[in-house]
Amino acid sequence: MKNEWPLWEIFIRGQHGMNHRHVGSLHALDAKMAIKNARDVYTRRNEGQSIWVVEANHISASSPGEKGPLFDPSNSKTYRHPTFFNIPDDVGSM
Amino acid sequence: MYAQEVKTDGKGVKARDQMTKQELAFQDRIDAFEKIEPKDWMPDAYRQTLIRQIGQHGHSEIVGQLPEGNWITRAPTLERKAILLAKVQDEAGHGLYLYCAAETLGVSRDDLTRDLLSGKMKYSSIFNYPTLNWADMGAVGWLVDGAAIVNQVALQRTSYGPYSRAMVRICKEESFHARQGFDIMMKMCAGSADQKKMAQDALNRMWYPALMMFGPPDKDSVHSAQSMAWKIKVMTNDEGRQKFVNQTVPQIEYLGLELPDKTIKQDAKTTHYSYSQPDWAEFFAVISGNGPCNIDRMAARNKAWDDGAWVREGLMAHAQKSRIAAE
Repeated sequence: MKNEWPLWEIFIRGQHGMNHRHVGSLHALDAKMAIKNARDVYTRRNEGQSIWVVEANHISASSPGEKGPLFDPSNSKTYRHPTFFNIPDDVGSM
Repeated sequence: MYAQEVKTDGKGVKARDQMTKQELAFQDRIDAFEKIEPKDWMPDAYRQTLIRQIGQHGHSEIVGQLPEGNWITRAPTLERKAILLAKVQDEAGHGLYLYCAAETLGVSRDDLTRDLLSGKMKYSSIFNYPTLNWADMGAVGWLVDGAAIVNQVALQRTSYGPYSRAMVRICKEESFHARQGFDIMMKMCAGSADQKKMAQDALNRMWYPALMMFGPPDKDSVHSAQSMAWKIKVMTNDEGRQKFVNQTVPQIEYLGLELPDKTIKQDAKTTHYSYSQPDWAEFFAVISGNGPCNIDRMAARNKAWDDGAWVREGLMAHAQKSRIAAE
């Protein structure tokens, strides 16, 4: 067996009310150790309210080749943006 | 810099008409300042150059803890001790950010560690100089971290996403390092004549090694062209060095210290300061293993790794046992 500790991806909630955000990764043997290490590596300046850790091999990611099929269809649907519609100034703010 | 003389494979920069369709598309993305991400296609030489550069950069952060760690137990006050401890802890963190960025390219942490410990991978020449007294803690923070910041600020624009993001994080933390060093220098320069003399001596010893951090002059830097074309490097060695000299000379004058190089002169038109080149023969000797502290540094890293083996193995055995128990 490979003697290297598994890789974990680290997510930190920086402030109350914000999302957890990916900040980086680190090696640890288990979740408990990953949280402890994440605290030392990624929150040395009071950046954290909460930490999530996920073992990297549990993350599935889309591949760059799928970029077109996944995201292109939304290009033509400009009516999803409010600026698509011209509302006369007389109507007031909407 | 923290990565000096990083080798690139291949025979110089390819002209566009020599590139394959895939290489052309890749170069176009680079030229459009798009970030390359781990799963994107990239030329193998781009990947290998990045592994070397990011690995060397990470190793510099890790080995860079040693010259300062040397003074933690001998800091003059409890406050200075806490500050230095925090700074050295930051360096460990920076090493870890960089190792993780390198790992996204397919190299393992164990490979990187093994190549550092065997001497196959390099780290910055600067950390092979000794820190002889407390004034050196001031000079290292101020000059070495100051020089690193010049380079790392530029590297935030590097083309590889994970490397660039590590740089953003490091830059946020690094200016504390330079400022605490300058603070030590200010204190010593405002102290007794002996303290000021120590500050001057530290500046004199660190000046040229700090200039060497940017690597050899552009005309002699054989690997730069390809790295610049790929935006792995975003500033030439001489550009970085000039920037560092320009920002540091007024700070030396502020401290009331003498310039460590009597030829430094400001050009009235460009406002740049001209300066003398460091001894490049010394640089090449240091980087190839013959600096004042190379043997000590490598011995310290190897000892730390060997002494920690039982901890790593014990934790691994415990994890395997718990996993079996859970199944």
